[in-house]
Amino acid sequence: MAEIVLDGVRKSYGKVEVIKGVDWKINDGEFVVIVGPSGCGKSTLLRMIAGLEAITAGEISIGDTVVNDLEPSERNIAMVFQNYALYPHMSVYQNMAYGLKIKKIPKDEIDKRVQRAAEILELEEYLDRPPRQLSGGQRQRVAMGRAIVRQPAVFLFDEPLSNLDAKLRVQMRLEIKKLQEDLGITSVYVTHDQVEAMTLGHRLAVLNGGVVEQLGTPIEVYEKPATVFVAGFIGSPSMNLLEARLDEAGAFVVLAGGAKIALPSPLGEYGGRDVTFGVRPEHLEDKGKGANNLQLSLNVRVVEQLGADTLVHGTLGENGAELVARLDGIRTLSQGHVLELNMAAKSIHLFDGKTGRRLG
Amino acid sequence: MIEHRPFITFLAHFTLIIGIAIVAFPIWVTFVAATHDAVRMTQVPLPMLPGDQFFINLKKALFEGIGGAGGIPVGMMMLNSLVVALMIATGKIIISLLSAFAIVYFKFPFRMAFFWMIFLTLMLPVEVRILPTFEVVADLGMLNSFWGLSIPLIASATATFMFRQVFLTVPDEMLEAARVDGAGPMRFFFDILLPLSRTNIAALFVILFIYGWNQYLWPLLITTDASMFTVVMGIKQMLEAAEQAPEWHLIMMTALLAMLPPVVVVLTMQRMFVKGLTETDK
Repeated sequence: MAEIVLDGVRKSYGKVEVIKGVDWKINDGEFVVIVGPSGCGKSTLLRMIAGLEAITAGEISIGDTVVNDLEPSERNIAMVFQNYALYPHMSVYQNMAYGLKIKKIPKDEIDKRVQRAAEILELEEYLDRPPRQLSGGQRQRVAMGRAIVRQPAVFLFDEPLSNLDAKLRVQMRLEIKKLQEDLGITSVYVTHDQVEAMTLGHRLAVLNGGVVEQLGTPIEVYEKPATVFVAGFIGSPSMNLLEARLDEAGAFVVLAGGAKIALPSPLGEYGGRDVTFGVRPEHLEDKGKGANNLQLSLNVRVVEQLGADTLVHGTLGENGAELVARLDGIRTLSQGHVLELNMAAKSIHLFDGKTGRRLG
Repeated sequence: MIEHRPFITFLAHFTLIIGIAIVAFPIWVTFVAATHDAVRMTQVPLPMLPGDQFFINLKKALFEGIGGAGGIPVGMMMLNSLVVALMIATGKIIISLLSAFAIVYFKFPFRMAFFWMIFLTLMLPVEVRILPTFEVVADLGMLNSFWGLSIPLIASATATFMFRQVFLTVPDEMLEAARVDGAGPMRFFFDILLPLSRTNIAALFVILFIYGWNQYLWPLLITTDASMFTVVMGIKQMLEAAEQAPEWHLIMMTALLAMLPPVVVVLTMQRMFVKGLTETDK
């Protein structure tokens, strides 16, 4: 049981800075998911918490201890790796027991813990098998078992589900969530998967280029993305982001194609500025469906039928910016059709054109 | 092949049989010669069928010794050979495991320089550096000793390379998992790396054992005391019996005996050997 505090944590490889100062506090028992595109430094950040990478500057504490100079094994953590990293020549039992054996924990205690973990993870009948005789999901469970038996203060997960097939991934996702809730151990989970990011954690950290762009509950991040990057990264299909400009009074957004959208609450202080206008595909609706006053007309180009809903790709006006709308149910629309769309005032997002920060 | 062309099949088999005959014939001659007595071996033509003296010759060669080779029994020479071959094989494996471990897993100054220095020794087999090496061994007083016979042959670039390749195939996460589990470097080496390289070690052992067993020039050079003769060079010494005609039946018996241990090693370790050279799954 412990909180994790990162204070001005930085990491450079030579002259290249990959983590550019991260400050955050992860509460005791909290499940935080780090999400970001590949190369954003999310795995590096996790490995720095684990102690597998040295940090260049700043301070990491787990519980009340500053762990900057501690070996991974001394940090009271357990880590689950993407490729499981099970020891191929040891049985499932030995894999789980190895760390405890090194810690010189008495044999009967080891046995108790391993049996308990095997019970939780339904691995009892596989304890004597080598990892190569197990399926991917079972191996993943062994890797988790190895983490559980250590009874650590912190669980670290490095994309643990990305080697599994889609069905298993859904199942294991639920298991991890349940496990974390049952054990109540502070956890940090790295992924690039949208769904895992949204569903698993209490809080979500969106990382980009070594900087935490936003840290908040998944719903906060979804409803109020702090930056253009977060807006585009979270949600699938991703948010429509359009070049636009505020009129002088800050009452209207003028899109590149000339369309004007009245703002629910004027942003006088930003009047005349370049902005990025965002709206999620799922928040665009056919005209007349809701009582909304913000409107766009879409020239349909491509229609993708997903069964449950339909993705309509098109442009604003004849040759305006590209836009995607997600309409529910099956729609048959032909190319060139002009679709009148509306959206709720609360579902539009405005970002500063220069800094990418959220306005209002 | 799912082809049915009798002539091609015949040709293939014929070629193979000829090949086998070329390899096997000298061994057959050796075997036959080892089963006759000294008198028969001096008569022409040489016998092509086995005689009845096999066990008598075997006993004589193994335990009584042969003129020319200092009267040392072949059994003793084989023991010497065995000790030297084992020392070379295990010594090489230990040294190259450790150096590969250092080169792959540790960062130290001039790491690559050391790596290339090891690489350079590939170009310096004993035969090339034989005089200076002899000088060093002689100065260290290691002539006529097992250390002198084995140490100069132990430093090995090939084995270091092989283990380096093996270690490079072990995923980094394995090391990291071990670190999280609290295993220090040596613990990781013994608990994880060694078991993972098991088959490669076996394969290398086979190769190196035969390499050590077959050493000829080096033992010939540094052993003057007959009790340190190895069997491969011993055969040569037997031919130089000045005061009498070569005892062909015993020499052939010795040759036969000298061939035996490598065969035994290859046969017993064959499965691991093949696995070690082909297996890539880690």
